[in-house]
Formats: sequence, structure tokens, C-alpha cells
Amino acid sequence: MVVAPVSGAAPRPASSETDEWSRALLADGTGPELPQADPLADGRRQARAAFAAHGLPSRRQEAWRFTPTDPITAVLPRRIAAGRPADPSSWPAPAPRTVRLVLDGSADPLAGAPLPDGITVLSPAEWAGVPGTEAAARGGGDWPLLLNRATASGLLALRVRGAVAETLEIVSDPGSAAGVLPLRLVLLLEEGASLELLQVHRAGGASLTSVVTEVRLASGARLHHGLIAQGHPAAVLLAHAAVAQEPGSTYHLASSSRGWALSRLEPRIEQTTGRAVTRLRGLQRAAGREIADTHSRVRFGGPEGTLDQLHKAVADDASRSVFDGAVVVPREAQRTRAAQLSRNLLLSERARIDTKPQLEIVADDVTCTHGATVSRLQQEELFYLRSRGIAADQAARLLLRGFCQEVLGELPRAASPWLAAGTGEGSGR
Amino acid sequence: FQYPVEIPGGSNLEVLRVATNARRLEKGEEELDTFAFEDLVRERLRLVQMDPAFLERSVNEGFSGGEKKRNEILQMALLDPRVAILDETDSGLDIDALRIVAGGVNHLAGPDNATLLITHYQRLLDVITPDYVHVMAAGRILRTGGKDLALELERRGYDWVDQATSPASTAPAAAAVEVA
Repeated sequence: MVVAPVSGAAPRPASSETDEWSRALLADGTGPELPQADPLADGRRQARAAFAAHGLPSRRQEAWRFTPTDPITAVLPRRIAAGRPADPSSWPAPAPRTVRLVLDGSADPLAGAPLPDGITVLSPAEWAGVPGTEAAARGGGDWPLLLNRATASGLLALRVRGAVAETLEIVSDPGSAAGVLPLRLVLLLEEGASLELLQVHRAGGASLTSVVTEVRLASGARLHHGLIAQGHPAAVLLAHAAVAQEPGSTYHLASSSRGWALSRLEPRIEQTTGRAVTRLRGLQRAAGREIADTHSRVRFGGPEGTLDQLHKAVADDASRSVFDGAVVVPREAQRTRAAQLSRNLLLSERARIDTKPQLEIVADDVTCTHGATVSRLQQEELFYLRSRGIAADQAARLLLRGFCQEVLGELPRAASPWLAAGTGEGSGR
Repeated sequence: FQYPVEIPGGSNLEVLRVATNARRLEKGEEELDTFAFEDLVRERLRLVQMDPAFLERSVNEGFSGGEKKRNEILQMALLDPRVAILDETDSGLDIDALRIVAGGVNHLAGPDNATLLITHYQRLLDVITPDYVHVMAAGRILRTGGKDLALELERRGYDWVDQATSPASTAPAAAAVEVA
């Protein structure tokens, strides 16, 4: 839709202010050029139309019922030209045996460093065949996907063959720039390939990082996927990962996010015909008035698949945490074994946690468990530490760190420098 | 703690280091850095014959009964408390673990500290020689003596103290033993 000004005064749009945000973003011309003839053009055109028609998500939609969108509309509706911090020396040096690429939305991420042995660039014809988000985007309900498709100017698409010895680290950090930074990553792991991937997202101002990661794991492929997100009280992160797993593949995701006005993580895993292994470990921490949101979905398209999912959240001050974990086991997914646990720590009277495991099970011969706990720090553990002479606040920090360590310990080793550099990341708070 | 608390995810080494440094500050000593503390903790580990691998594990998580009790003695060895209360520290220990725990208590006992052991059994007192033995029931000390009192108790049973002191009282719960 195009709104033309009439006789000096802007016409009053029928829609709300939130739709103005979407329109302003689509009309914006400040970001990297959106090529008209590139392989993404068709998808982008469709996404722009759907994005304009959709408008911002509202609380009337189940997927956004507990997630306010004001942090999104507080971000300037324009694309960031080149999302790099003025001073990247605030980044820690990469861990040993780690190759670092930087995604800033415009510069070629491969210009700086050679890719690790075993990783090559995918041609557009090849990545067009990587199913992932297309299926998830059907129906237009996935707003973060539409946003990404409508605004991303390019993508990084990689093919992985064999066992890659080095860790691939992909960093994005728009620094203090204000606006929207859309990033797309496509990974195709061939039969028997293995890779350790660490995605790092940082922000230092009122920016919105929209990242969509599409992964296809062929038979016997293994991906250890780490995600560290260290934000800013005015920054938003919308991270969507669409993973398609063929039989015999292993996908292991460990994520840790903290410090965002709104962080929303959307892992979507599809075991195409079952018989694959999925392991998800998530940690989200929120303080102040931050909102930490995870909407995960795992679907078993065939028998004998396994899922082991642990999601942990810590909510302090007046922050909110949302977990919505769907596990879909259709009739053909017999002998599926799925375990999901949501463990939450409330550190303040004013903090709020909404957790909603969703099991849709049609198959009758399955073992599926789920559970959710919301608690405070254990008084007995606090007392034990205090009886050893440790002050109350320090004891609380130790317990908090223990709570987080269960997830942080599963991040790739390349995460250590980032954890140490994060604001107290390694010290619990 | 009769049953030392497990702290999932809480690194044993770190808890020991934080606690030791808190105690050192209180005593007016300097905090130890990570390396100096590691040296100290490795030396004290020998006292309780613990594998250094225990330092890397979560506090008491998955420890056997004996390992938990040895960890308690390791804490004592590092914290150097003026007063320590060991509640049934002999429960659930096999003979070897009992000897190790007792060896630690004996080694750490000195003129500047006191240890209160709570036990039901003489076997702990075979390996730790107490200065005083108090027999306690229902919150009251019924009788106080030297180590011979414990031996007599072992021979004649708790009923003997009960009858000898106050026929109306409930059965004595435990003997408390002091090592000064």
C-alpha cells in the first residue's frame, strides 16, 4: 500500500500507529540497496506485500499474546547502512581454532578471512533448494520472518563438507547505530559433515537485529550451534532458526541471551522423516523492564526421532520471560522420544514468567515428557553457603551462576571469550 | 549438616575459594588469587585423600555419603573455623572413610579452636579422643564427663543415663562430644 500526501496534510491512515512503523520501514531508502534482479528479489517482493498487509503482530495473536511489541516500534523504522560498532576493539580476540566472520548487512563477510577447510560458498541455485523458512513462512503468520525477507539485501550461504576442524564464528554488532539490521544465513551440511558454529549478536543502542538462520542437515550430519546474544536496554533481537534434519543427523543448539529490551528466539526444527537427534539448551536472562521470549517448535515427520530440550529463564526487577515450546508428534512419528523442561527463576516480586509447553501428540507409541517449574533461589542452598561464611548476596550470585552454568556449559568453546567479555556474564549477573 | 546440601551447577572449587576468601578477610588476611588458592586447596586435599577431580564437580552433587563428609572436612581445613559443629559426621561412612574423616578432625584440632561432634556411636570416639563428653536429651545436657563416660555409655546404654538422672525425661537423643 502506498500512502500519498494530499494537499499538504498527511491523510489519516485507517490503520494504527504500529502499521505506520511497518510502512515507514518499507518506504525507507537509507539502508543497503535492495537489488531488483538478484535471486532474492521475488521472495522479497512477496514478503514486502505480506509484511505491509500483516502489520505488526498484536496480542490477539496467540504467538504474541504475552509479548508486547513496544520495544520494536521504539526503534527507528529505517535500515542501518552498515552495522558495525565505531570501535570493534571492544570485541574479544577469537578463541583458538576459530574463524570469525562479521555480518553487518552490507559488506561482504568473506572479504576478510578465508573460510575454514570444508566450507564453501553456495550458489543461489543451490541455496534456493534449501527448505527451511519457506515452509514456516507459509500463511504469513511468522512476522519476524516477513520482516527479515522484506528488508534483507543479501545473505551468506555456505556448504559444509566433511568434518570441519575449526569453529565458524559469525558476529553481528551494529554498535550504537539506530535502526533495523536484517541478516540472513543459510547452511547446508552434506552427508556426514560436522561443524561447530557460534553466532554472536551484540548491540550498543536502539537497534533491531533481525536474523534468520536456515540449516539443512543431511543424513549423518552434525551441527553444534551456539548463540550468544548480549544486548542493550533499548535494543531488540529477533532470531529465527529454521532447521531441517534428515534421518541420522544431530542438531545441538545452546543459546544464551541477556540484556535486550526484547529478545525473541524462534528455533524451528523439523525432523523431515524422523530418526534424528535434537538437543536444545536455552538460557535467557532479563532485568530492568526487559522481555525475554523463546518460541520453539519441534516437529517429527517420521518415526524414532529424539528431542531433549531444556529452557531456563531468570527474571529480575520488573522484567518478563516468555517460553512457548511446541512439540508436534503426528501419527507417522511412532516411537518418538521427546523430553522438554522449562525451568525458571524469579528474582523479584515484580518480575513475571509465562511458560507454556505445548505437546501435540497423535502417534500412540511415544515417550514424551514435559515439565515446567518457576521458583526462587533455594533457601536451603543459600543457608548452606552462608553457613560456610559466604555473604548472602555472594551466595545468591553463586547459586545463580550454578543455575546458568548448566546451559552455558554446552556452548561451543569459542564462546568463552565472549562470555568473559560480557558484562558480568561469567559472574552470574 | 547431617546431609550436606547439593548445589547443582555450583562449582565446588569456586564455592571453596569464595568461602575461604570471605573467612580470610574476616581474619584480617589478604584474599588469595586463583593460583594461590589452587595451591592451598591441593595441599589440603591430601589431608582428606580426595581426588582433585572433586573440585571440578558441582558442590556435593552425586557425591557418595563418604565423599560428602570428606568434602565437609576439606571445607573445615580451608576455613579454619574457631568453632565447628559436626552433626553425625560418622553416619554412612565405611571404616576407611571414617578413619580419613577422623584423621582430618584430629589434625585440625588445636588450642585456638573447638569442635563439637554429635554422634550416637562409640566407634567415632575410638578414632577421635574427646576432651569432654556430654549426654543430651530433649534439649538438656543430662551428664558431662571425660572420654570414659562415652565408654560407660556404650556398655550400659542410654537408658542408664536416663534412669540415673530423671526418670521422667524422654530417651536421650545423642551424645555430644567436645574436642578442644
